[in-house]
Amino acid sequence: MLRDITLGQYYPAKSIIHQLDPRVKLVTTILYIISLFVAKGIAGYAVATVFLVMVVKMSKVPFRYITKGLKAVIMILMITVIFNLFMVNGEVELWRFGFLRITDKGLRTAVFMAIRLIYLIIGSSIMTLTTTPNDLTDGLEKLLGPLKKVRVPVHEIAMIMSIALRFIPILLEETDKIMKAQTARGADFESGNLIQKAKAMVPLLVPLFISAFRRANDLAMAMEARCYHGGDGRTKMKPLHYESRDKMAYGVSWGYLLLMAVLSFAQGFYGVMLL
Amino acid sequence: MIRAEELTFDYERLDEEGKVESRRRAVDHVNLHIRPGKFIAVLGHNGSGKSTLAKHINAILTPTEGTLWVDGMDTKDEEKLWNIRQDAGMVFQNPDNQIIGTVVEEDVGFGPENLGVPTDEIWERVEESLRTVGMLKYRHHSPNKLSGGQKQRVAIAGVMAMHPRCIVLDEPTAMLDPSGRASVIRTAQKLNQEEGITIVLITHYMEEVVEADHIFVMDDGKVVMQGSPAEIFSHVEELKKLRLDVPQATLLAYELQKRGIPLPDGILKNEELADQLCQLKSKM
Amino acid sequence: MSIKIKDVNYIYAESTAYEIHALKDINLEIPDGQFIGLIGHTGSGKSTLVQHLNGLIKATSGRIYFNGRDIYGENFSMRELRSKVGLVFQYPEHQLFEVDVLSDVCFGPKNLGASKEEAERRAKEALRMVGMGEEYDKSSPFELSGGQKRRVAIAGVLAMEPEVLILDEPTAGLDPRGRDEILDQIERLQKERGITVILVSHSMEDVARYVDRMIVMNQGQVRFDGVPREVFRHGKELEEMGLAAPQMTYLMQALKDKGADVDTDATTIEEAADAIEQWLKG
Repeated sequence: MLRDITLGQYYPAKSIIHQLDPRVKLVTTILYIISLFVAKGIAGYAVATVFLVMVVKMSKVPFRYITKGLKAVIMILMITVIFNLFMVNGEVELWRFGFLRITDKGLRTAVFMAIRLIYLIIGSSIMTLTTTPNDLTDGLEKLLGPLKKVRVPVHEIAMIMSIALRFIPILLEETDKIMKAQTARGADFESGNLIQKAKAMVPLLVPLFISAFRRANDLAMAMEARCYHGGDGRTKMKPLHYESRDKMAYGVSWGYLLLMAVLSFAQGFYGVMLL
Repeated sequence: MIRAEELTFDYERLDEEGKVESRRRAVDHVNLHIRPGKFIAVLGHNGSGKSTLAKHINAILTPTEGTLWVDGMDTKDEEKLWNIRQDAGMVFQNPDNQIIGTVVEEDVGFGPENLGVPTDEIWERVEESLRTVGMLKYRHHSPNKLSGGQKQRVAIAGVMAMHPRCIVLDEPTAMLDPSGRASVIRTAQKLNQEEGITIVLITHYMEEVVEADHIFVMDDGKVVMQGSPAEIFSHVEELKKLRLDVPQATLLAYELQKRGIPLPDGILKNEELADQLCQLKSKM
Repeated sequence: MSIKIKDVNYIYAESTAYEIHALKDINLEIPDGQFIGLIGHTGSGKSTLVQHLNGLIKATSGRIYFNGRDIYGENFSMRELRSKVGLVFQYPEHQLFEVDVLSDVCFGPKNLGASKEEAERRAKEALRMVGMGEEYDKSSPFELSGGQKRRVAIAGVLAMEPEVLILDEPTAGLDPRGRDEILDQIERLQKERGITVILVSHSMEDVARYVDRMIVMNQGQVRFDGVPREVFRHGKELEEMGLAAPQMTYLMQALKDKGADVDTDATTIEEAADAIEQWLKG
């Protein structure tokens, strides 16, 4: 299941989305998430869908690749849906079994909630799939740059993030290897009760931590050997500057959010008409 | 280029209060002198102190006693630290644990970025270094998808892009398969011959050192033998005692000598041995 | 303890963009007590194949019989298989986790249901077999040298008393001393206990020196299977697979090219020396 997480994995392709400045993508992702929470009614979700589909199409990332990321969170999704389905009380009862009942309002909330979550994951996956972790951290560093004045170690945070992203796949592979090696020694990670299962993790976690520390140590040494000494006096191989397409993209994103806000406002007035 | 005088290093083990609990001497009064443009090999088994020595050249470690100069700069001089590290680059054993970038070209750019090289020049250096190690076509790839040998060549390019005069390779091939091993050694030789970079290769694979200009053999923290490959490998018994390998051709020549066949010492390659044998046969 | 592999195929990530046909129609028979070298370039499928032998990977199609019983059959116990077929992974020292050496080696037998006493007895025996003396029993495995750690890890599998021992590049990253020690111990073990050993390696010198049968894999297929000297006759093909014959084979070839009438089958130093001596005196 760990392998299915697409969040944080880069999908190389040549698309307009890939070429956008990471700051634009970060801001747009945030705007999109806000828009999902602003959205009300079918019209709002329709616009959100169109926007998302357009971005996915333009990104040239295969759709199957994106949906793979959903597998990892399917449990959370199910729980949310079920929770909303049974807990939200509406007027029209659609189904009843003992104390369990589903109402029209519950169904609607559940469906919208599921859509909201799915879109949220797809939206952020698109950002990470089309932006190299380095770009992403560069973008974050630059966006959060003003915080340096209040002594927030922005460069360091960005560097930590980028290293974490680089080592996630390596550590996942390592987990798999150690798990197999211990299985070959008769370890059993699957059966038993919760306590037994937790105990069975020790032979996996101890070597994994040791390896992570060893890697951290090696990497720190390698970085120092290549003259890394923090953010001061550092130049950038890929400095960020906005192109005209970035400005356009900003326009589109803000325009989109505005549209969503208007729709949601209109919903307040003509609620019934727009559902 | 590199000069060590009475270089000594102790690993210290601290107890819980931060007092020195025990010491282990890793490098013991080593004296050596490496001239610019040479291909130098340091041989020795694990724990012989060769990696500790290598880390001194890059000022990752500083001597407990004695002094090490890189291009006339004392490694203990903290003001020169970044100059030393730029001048003497280092490639490590584990290919995964020294690549920082998530895309090949970004990793190669990491060193120049730290040095404050202007953006345009970083791009030039990255391209040039990747071309030299033969990895230019992988510039947009993720390092995770490369083979071990390719990763090591990216690491070499990362050091190259800092324009060092010397590169120290600390067991760069220990985790590679034979073809990866060969490609890394070929790259190191190319840098030495074409770019005139001083190479210090730390290894325990003897087939990698036959082409070196000079070999230092280390044991128990000391330099116990030094000389040209032919000189070193004429001491088969001593090397065996140090539990080091000897090239197969040398071993065979040695075996034949023992059987009373008059062969000269210091044969390193198959071709050489075959020639010598044919000469012998024709005289018979 | 024979193993029979019949028409085994393994497809990784089937029907995705990453699909790799890792094993193609593998048919092999591994009888009792052989010392086998399994050779191949990185990615040739050799590691995938050995993981099939103790059930860590399930074949996409085909059958594997252990002592005549189908390991994918209904009543077959994978736990039993794993106790009979011990697999030592690459860099096995990375799996050490216990506070002391002895407890770590006990992990395997305990998982098989051995009592504490029995597990310790087996662990001690295994540790002595790999040359780790009693003085190390209570040391932390993380304070040992690289070669020692590796031997402890191998003991961890030996303590399960397997009848087939598979070692995936047991000498990777070790210096010549560590390499010779481990290979010598494996050879002794194989002779004394009569167990089957499968040595996955890409060092031709090691293989030429120790094994009696060599299986060469390339691109998921078995390309050669026979005694080393026979296999090494295919020097050209081996090179095309990114492998090489032992140095001695090249030397004898060089001699022959210079017009010497020598037998080029020699693969070890001794054999080569014999052949050359004979030729010089002949």
